[in-house]
Amino acid sequence: MKQEINYENEQRKRTVAWAVAMALAIIWFLITFIPFLFMVLTGFKQKLETILYGAFHLPETLYAQNYVDVITDKNFWVYFRNSVVVLVISLVILLFISACAAYPLSRFRFKLRDPIYLLIVAAMSVPIHVTMIPVFQMTIGMGLYDTIWALVPTSVAFATPISVFILVGFMDGIPKELEEAADIDGCGRYARFFRVILPLSAPGLSTLAIYNGVNIWNEFIFAFTLTQSNENRTLPLALWNYQGQYAVNTPMIMACLSLSVLPMIILFIIMQEKLIKGMMAGAVKG
Amino acid sequence: MNKKNSMTAKNKKDIALCAFVFLLPVLILLTTYLLYPIIATFVNSFFQWNGISAEKKFIGFANWNKLLHDKDFWAAFFNNIKVMVLSLLVQMPIGILLATFLDAGGRKFNFFKVIWFLPMLMSAVAVGYLFRYALATNGGLISSLSELLGGKNVDLLGNQKTALFAVIGVICWQFIPFYMVYYLAGYSSIPEDVYEAAIIDGATRSQYVTRIALPLLVPTIRSAIILSLIGSLKYFDLVYIMTGGGPGTSTELMATYMYKNSFVTFNMGYGSTIAAGMFILITIFAAVVMRLLRGKG
Repeated sequence: MKQEINYENEQRKRTVAWAVAMALAIIWFLITFIPFLFMVLTGFKQKLETILYGAFHLPETLYAQNYVDVITDKNFWVYFRNSVVVLVISLVILLFISACAAYPLSRFRFKLRDPIYLLIVAAMSVPIHVTMIPVFQMTIGMGLYDTIWALVPTSVAFATPISVFILVGFMDGIPKELEEAADIDGCGRYARFFRVILPLSAPGLSTLAIYNGVNIWNEFIFAFTLTQSNENRTLPLALWNYQGQYAVNTPMIMACLSLSVLPMIILFIIMQEKLIKGMMAGAVKG
Repeated sequence: MNKKNSMTAKNKKDIALCAFVFLLPVLILLTTYLLYPIIATFVNSFFQWNGISAEKKFIGFANWNKLLHDKDFWAAFFNNIKVMVLSLLVQMPIGILLATFLDAGGRKFNFFKVIWFLPMLMSAVAVGYLFRYALATNGGLISSLSELLGGKNVDLLGNQKTALFAVIGVICWQFIPFYMVYYLAGYSSIPEDVYEAAIIDGATRSQYVTRIALPLLVPTIRSAIILSLIGSLKYFDLVYIMTGGGPGTSTELMATYMYKNSFVTFNMGYGSTIAAGMFILITIFAAVVMRLLRGKG
């Protein structure tokens, strides 16, 4: 009898605990989701609607003109193209040279191995702001100022230390026997890298591609300081320019914002777990 | 014997040469874009220089002296500290709670996981703009809520007393999902057997979490704290876009202050000094935090 009451009590306690947890979960859901809803819905409003009726008023009509305006704006596609060009070129260079650097650090024993590795690890924690003024001057000196090519070396350079660090760890996990077998088959050190190590590093490289890809796509501060004209700027600066152009037209800016977030959301829907894993790759820094 | 020795010596040379070839591109890039700029920044910090004219005037420690007595810089530094402490106090507990909830629910709660992760998908720039408008006095979310409840418009970002807290709130909004997923990964690295053994021994779910899982998560929590602490000293994009450091210096951070001095008023000599100061402060801070938290083993 006593036992049973205890059991019932436990059961009730558990139900209450779940109810509280559920309520908190829903509150957090609202906190996360309402700003998104605000963004997308406001994009469908007309210029003065938000100011006149407040944020919670549903759009009078589904006024899609803002979205259409952004999509048909020639500049938007220029920004978009620039972002894609910078992303693709930087990513290819970055992954290749990082893999090249990681290979000897993981596989060879030579005198300077430890100091070089330590230097690269230390470079991970450098705040980029300390490099900004000299990089700005250098970019002008090289004649790259206000071209999208200014953004490729910066994107690659600042992503290199973490990428090399992660790849060294990854390559350490590739069994030595595979390489030894290739060695016996007459593969030299260079051939072993291209034929054995590089293909086997593909999973590590793809995680890094996501991590660095997201960061390069969102990069703001160097794009902001190293480029000036509309035709040479990337997508994060589209927002900056729209804001200058349409400061009081909240719906227009929200439409632009929604469209700039859209690629990431689509990517997230397609490959949820992989994207999360990739975006967390940098967390090993600690 | 002799021949073998020379063979290994030659082999060693070969290895070193090969390593050098593979490392060369990265070393060139890091030297030009990281090592040289750091040195140049420190050198520039001793000059008066507008960044445009070739003329630099050596002024010794004058910039550094100015930095030590610059009220705005130290206000920015203390804002960084406030951001650091408050984001730690808000992000860590909520991150752990959300991860615990998701871990207990398993696949059932995938919906929550997906939605809760959304803020991480936005760039800091986009988050900054979104909240600049979502917190606007006219037609913003908080203002509208307050009006709905019969109150007045709220100007969170325009008020010196509330602006920094609003910014910190937004930073938390964006980064809590990061720590949530981080802790979730920590939970999933605890072997299934541990949970099963605890349940067989008669533990309840909450006992499992507080007495077994959380102690096992301590290393994860520790590195999350390091990430959060050091990250807080570098914030730029989000704050620059949301408030530009204002009103007054109420949301000024070291990085925004450095940016304004260098690229808005083109005082690049002093800008370099701020950047170099930031570098020193962050390096010291990182070393101390790592030692304190790692030291406990």
